[in-house]
Formats: sequence, C-alpha cells, structure tokens
Amino acid sequence: MHSRKPFFIFVALLFIFGTAASIYRSVEHNVPFLPGKQVQSWSVEAKVMFNGTNKAAEASLSLPQDDAFDVLSENASSPGYGLNISDGDDRRAVWSIREASGRQSLYYRVTLVPTGQLDVTQDEEPEVPEAFTWQVTEKGAADQIMNDVWQRSANNLSYAQQLMSVINDSNQSQNLALLLSVNNRTQLFLQMLQSKGVPAKKVSGLMLEDQRRRQQLSPYVQVFHDGEWVLFDVEGNKEGRPDNLVLWQQNNQSVLDVIGGSNSQVNFSMLQETRSALATSIDMMNNSDAMDFSLYQLPLEEQSTFKGILLIPIGVLVVVFLRVIIGIKTSGTFMPVLIALAFIQTTLLTGLIGFLLIVAFGLMIRSYLSQLNLLLISRISAVIIVVIFIIGLFTLISYKVGLSEGLTITFFPMIILAWTIERMSILWEEEGPKAVVMAGGGSLFVATLAYLAMSNSWIQYWVFNFLGIHLVILALVLVMGQYTGYRLTELKRFKPLAGDK
Amino acid sequence: MEFAWPWQLRRNGVLNMNKRNIDYIGKYNPRKYYKRVDDKLITKQLALANGIAVPDLIGVVEEQHKINDIPQMVIDRTGFVIKPAKGSGGKGILVITKVDAGRYYKPNGDEVTPTEVYRHVSNILSGLFSLGGAPDVAIVEGLIEFDPVFDGFSYEGVPDIRLIIFKGYPVMGMLRCSTAASDGKANLHQGAVGVGLDIATGKSLFAVQFDKPVLKHPDTQFELSQIQVPEWDTLLHTASCAYEMCELGYLGTDMVLDKQRGPLLLELNARPGLAIQTANGRGILQRLQHVESLKGPTLSVEERVAYAKKHFCSNPNF
Repeated sequence: MHSRKPFFIFVALLFIFGTAASIYRSVEHNVPFLPGKQVQSWSVEAKVMFNGTNKAAEASLSLPQDDAFDVLSENASSPGYGLNISDGDDRRAVWSIREASGRQSLYYRVTLVPTGQLDVTQDEEPEVPEAFTWQVTEKGAADQIMNDVWQRSANNLSYAQQLMSVINDSNQSQNLALLLSVNNRTQLFLQMLQSKGVPAKKVSGLMLEDQRRRQQLSPYVQVFHDGEWVLFDVEGNKEGRPDNLVLWQQNNQSVLDVIGGSNSQVNFSMLQETRSALATSIDMMNNSDAMDFSLYQLPLEEQSTFKGILLIPIGVLVVVFLRVIIGIKTSGTFMPVLIALAFIQTTLLTGLIGFLLIVAFGLMIRSYLSQLNLLLISRISAVIIVVIFIIGLFTLISYKVGLSEGLTITFFPMIILAWTIERMSILWEEEGPKAVVMAGGGSLFVATLAYLAMSNSWIQYWVFNFLGIHLVILALVLVMGQYTGYRLTELKRFKPLAGDK
Repeated sequence: MEFAWPWQLRRNGVLNMNKRNIDYIGKYNPRKYYKRVDDKLITKQLALANGIAVPDLIGVVEEQHKINDIPQMVIDRTGFVIKPAKGSGGKGILVITKVDAGRYYKPNGDEVTPTEVYRHVSNILSGLFSLGGAPDVAIVEGLIEFDPVFDGFSYEGVPDIRLIIFKGYPVMGMLRCSTAASDGKANLHQGAVGVGLDIATGKSLFAVQFDKPVLKHPDTQFELSQIQVPEWDTLLHTASCAYEMCELGYLGTDMVLDKQRGPLLLELNARPGLAIQTANGRGILQRLQHVESLKGPTLSVEERVAYAKKHFCSNPNF
C-alpha cells in the first residue's frame, strides 16, 4: 500500500496556500473580508489662480505624495493649457500656455483614500542641516533660548518638544518676544532646530475637513528622531500627526511656481465621500496596473458568468459533505447542485414549487408514454419536449395571473429535469412511490441546503473575491474523500449491531 | 430515532460504506476486472470456462429486431428469466414461471403480454437498467427449478445465498428470502428477510427484516432458526473458486440451489452491500482484517474453505 503521507502534505499545502492567498489579498489589496464595508475617501480640489501677462506662462503645482493616503484618481482641468504630470520624488503638475491674459484658473482634482500609514520613516540618517545664520540683532537672544532649552533636553526629540513649548509659552520672555516680532513661530522653530544641528524640515500640509472651501496649506515642521520624521504643528502647539492631515509637499520645494504670471495663489476645497471598500480596492488595483490574478479584469459579462460558476464548488462541497459524512441518498450524484443553481435564479420557494409541479406533471405524462412501448431514447426525448411544454404553460399562466415569480421557472435545466422524471418513473415502477418520495425528497433536501449555502451573500462575495478559498474547498473535498468513518445515517442503520456480545 | 455511538460500532467491527469503498473495494478490486462481474454475460462465459455451474443460457438478445425471436427460443421451456447483462441490484429481471400456449405468467400468476416482454427487452437494450445508461444486451436464461428443501423459506421467489469472498476466503454468508413485502425480490432494503449463515455449517444464526430481528418468516411462518442450507461445502467451494475466476479481492457471490444441478452461480458483485452484517448480527471487519493479516503463499480453494470453516464459525444468535 502506498504511503498517504504525500497526499496529506499535498492537502496541507493546498489549505495553507489557499488561506495565505486569501489573507494576502485582504492585506495587500485591501479587499475587505466582509461585503458592504465602507471606507471614507476625500475628494480634494486645488484651484490655482494667477494673472496672465499676455506672455507665455507656466504654472507648476506640487502634488501630494503621502504614504498616509493613496491616490485613487486624479485629473486636471485647464482648457487651452498643456499639462504634464511628472512622476518621481517630487510629483508636480505643470500647466503651460503660449499666451495667458487676464485672470487664469487651473484646477487639479484628486481622490485620496486613507491607508492608516501615518508614520513617516526613513532608514538612513538625514544630513545635518547647515547652521542657520542669525541676524546680529537676534543672535544673542536666540543663543540664550537655545542653550537654555538644550540644557533641559536629552535628545533631538525632547529638544524639539521643549522648544515648541517655550515658543508657545504665553508668558513670553523678552528674548522670545524680540524673535517673534520678526519671525513667525514655525520659522523660528525650524531655525532653532537647525542651529543645533537637528535634522528638521518644513512641510506643507492640508487639514481635511468635510465641505471646506478656500483652504490654504499650513506649514508644519518634521523633526528626525530615531528613524522617523515626527511632525510638529508649532502654531497649534501640537506634536504628532492627526489622521486627517495630508502632507502635500515634503521636499522643501515650493508648492506653486508660476512663470509668466503675477499674483498667483492656490487654494483648496474638499469633500468627504463614502464609497464601497471593495470598489475602492478594485480601482486601486486597476490604477497600479498590478498583473494580479483578479476576475475584475474580465469584461462584465464574463464576470457575471464566473460569479455563477464559482458557486458550484460550494454546492459540490455541500453535496460531498451530506453524502460522505451524513449519508443522505440523492438521485443522481450532482443533480442537487444543478437544481440549487436553478433555485438561485428562481428563489427557493418558487423553485421548489416549480420543480415539484414539473416533475409531477412529467411523471403523469411519462406514465402515459410508458404504455406506448417506446424506445428509451425517444421516450426521454418526448419527456424533454413535454417538459418544455409544461414550462411554457406555467410561464404563460403565471404571466396572465400576474405572478412574476412563475416566469423564472424557465431557468430549470430541461435535460436534467427530463432525466429526473425518467429515473423517478422507473423507480416508481420498480420500488413504488415511497422510494420516489425518498429519493426525490433527499435530492430536494440536499439541493435546498446547497442553495442556502450558495445564495448566502457573504459566501457569494468570498468565492468571487478570494479565489484562494477554492483551494481550501479542494483540500476539504480531498480530505473527505479519504474519510473511512461511519456516516451519520449509518449510526442509525447499524444501531442493532452496537450492543455488547 | 436511535443512534449508535461510532465507537460502539467500531468495537463490534462494523464495516461502513466509506471504509468499504476506500479500504476494500478501492484497494482489492482492480478496475480492469470489473467488467467480469458487471457484465453477466462475461461472468457466465467465465464461469463455464472455469467449470462453475450457472443457470442455462437460452439465448442473448443484442438488437431490437431479435426481440421477436424470443418466443421461438423459449418454445419448449416451462419458464425462463430475462435479465440485463449489465444490470445491478436485481433491476430489470423478468421472471416467467409458466409458459402456456404462447402466454407468459409471472410467479404471482399475473399474465405478461408479449408486448410487455417486448418493451422490457427494448428497455434493457437501451440501457435503462445498466450503470450510466450504457447500451446493453438481454440474457435469456433457463428457469431454476429450486430445491424443495427451501419450501417455506421464501415467498414467491427463489431464496438466494450471498457470500462475501475476501481474497478467496468465504468470510460471511446470508440467505435472502423474499417476502410479500419485498414483492418477490431478494433485496433486504425492499423487505426481504436476511438470514445470517454460519460459515462452518450453513446453519442459520440470526434473521432480520427491515433491520429488525425476526424469528419466523412473516408470510410462511417458517421457523428461521431451523434453516440448514444443503450442499454447503459445494456452495463454499464454488464461491471460493470465483476469486480465481474474476481476480477481485472483495467479492459478493449470489447463488441458488437447483433441484437437479445443485448450487448455481447467479451473479457476482464487486460492490456487495453491508446488510449482510445486520443479517448476521455482527460486524465483518474483524474477519476481513484476519484474512488481511494472513501471510504466506496463496492457498488452494480446498485449503481456503477449510481455513474459513475453522476460523469464521459462530454461535447462533437467536
């Protein structure tokens, strides 16, 4: 006898690979585990304005590049302008025109999806900035404050923390009052950090708030500490990063450059949107051009076909379980799955009634046909044609009566129905009506359970979005194929053999 | 509804469907030999070649137009049986016990018209009774004149003897007696009485109908504990021979006793059912494992029968 070890390793691999593929899909592509999950996204519009000077003009706007937000879609509208969006470390949109006259308005719209990745990390230590050169009048005051704070701090981070609280101290010393009279707080904070050789940079951020218009970017300072850039909001006297802050410009570059224009400015309006988490992740996948194995790359028609096909493994799993572990008898191995597929189209109650009606009428017709002494092939063919008549008749009657449910009866696979009727009829002749009810009832029971599993919206969602599940189902079916234990119905059947001898 | 605990059944060595399929049928029955038992015509030819007694072969109907030859075939017979070569579970068997001036009668006295015979054979040829609906042929066999020693055992039908032959050893046996409830058929699930037989002696051990113990035949009131199958050794011997003939390790043999000719092999089954355990009131698994554990060269038929009689005898359970 050959070893079963390779088999179990194979099954375990299928199981692990299937589960891992599903988890990967959830984590890497943000496909939510539960259907109907919603995510918030932000629609931000930047409006660039400047006055044209009847000459060629070029406007260059920095675009957001922030790990905390994924760009779901972006577009720029600017009639008459040429547009170039440059990728790279510093993403910028550059509009250009030969002649710009009067007030110009350029729009850039982006949809941002929060990723929850708020930390800004950097592996290598940034270069120590050049010491800031203070004005002679300010130097004494600045040195005094910096040295005082330096003494009270342990590292870059605590120095920055102390510094911010000193700058925002309401009981300002004269030294500080002097400095603040010529610098703003953020500027002063940055200068004092750089003077002590602390890596720090100014960034521009936009606070996202629903339905805000004409917002400006606010300046923030990032201080490098222990592999991470820590954000300081000096004006607001806050440390750390709120999750609704998008860092628009992080590279010490300008936010907006306009050549050939005057009085330029940019302002932002924004709107919070709620969208399906699934739709969002599908759009993200399409954006990233990932050659990922996703059925969403198929045309819609094929997608809906696959939505049906991918339910069959669930039905098959139910049938295997009910037959191998429970031991329910069905007529025809996978007929219940096919009936269950029809139930999905017709809904359960209509399907059950329709099935029973067709089979009952079919059996009546069949009992007449059996008296005609026909060959088997022509008899079944006759049954198929009669089944079509019955279906047509029921559809017509239900339409006249106004029962729209009756119209779905056409979804039953006719060949399957004809074979069912033929088998049931033989069963009736050979073993009587009781056997027919038992076999038919078993099939319908299994079909109903398969239908309940297959019509569950969560299961429908999972089998289509996490293809790894099918490997897990395959593993389960293979394992059940090796089950040598008692079926549940056998525990009843062999009850007389359970006693002690 | 009462259920047994799985460990109670396991302790009593009750073989179940899944284990039968995987560990016995799947393991000991090579697929390529299946047609030797699934096609009764081939079984018959093999049996004749191996000197095993089978019911008379009157004729074979292979094509629709040959159906009209049947009356000519059976003209001087008192009765005959039409069965599909590839039928299973006793399906599609038509038994005619009386032929009277071209009119046919079933065992219960109902007349069967030539049209009905024609349709039945036509159904057989179309594959109605064969597995998967494959085209089939109809076998016309001589009627078994069953031994009067069985009078009273059975109602409206021939009692047949089912033996499970594992690797050539007869491991368990039962007598299947038809009843009014089973409509003259010998299938236990249809209501036939199953009588467990002692491998050593051919005496009855236990009897059930619909999985419930019975003491008397429900129709004839025959005391089932009194059964002693005659020519038991010949039966065991014939059944054991079937192993060499079809080379299937796990095999069910169905035999009947003919008044003149003794035990006749009716058919072989590569997937024998599990009801034999209920009829015997005991599990079959320990005996199968016993045979599995046997080492050494393959024994002759006589040695195997002797070994089985020695090791698989049991006490009556009435």
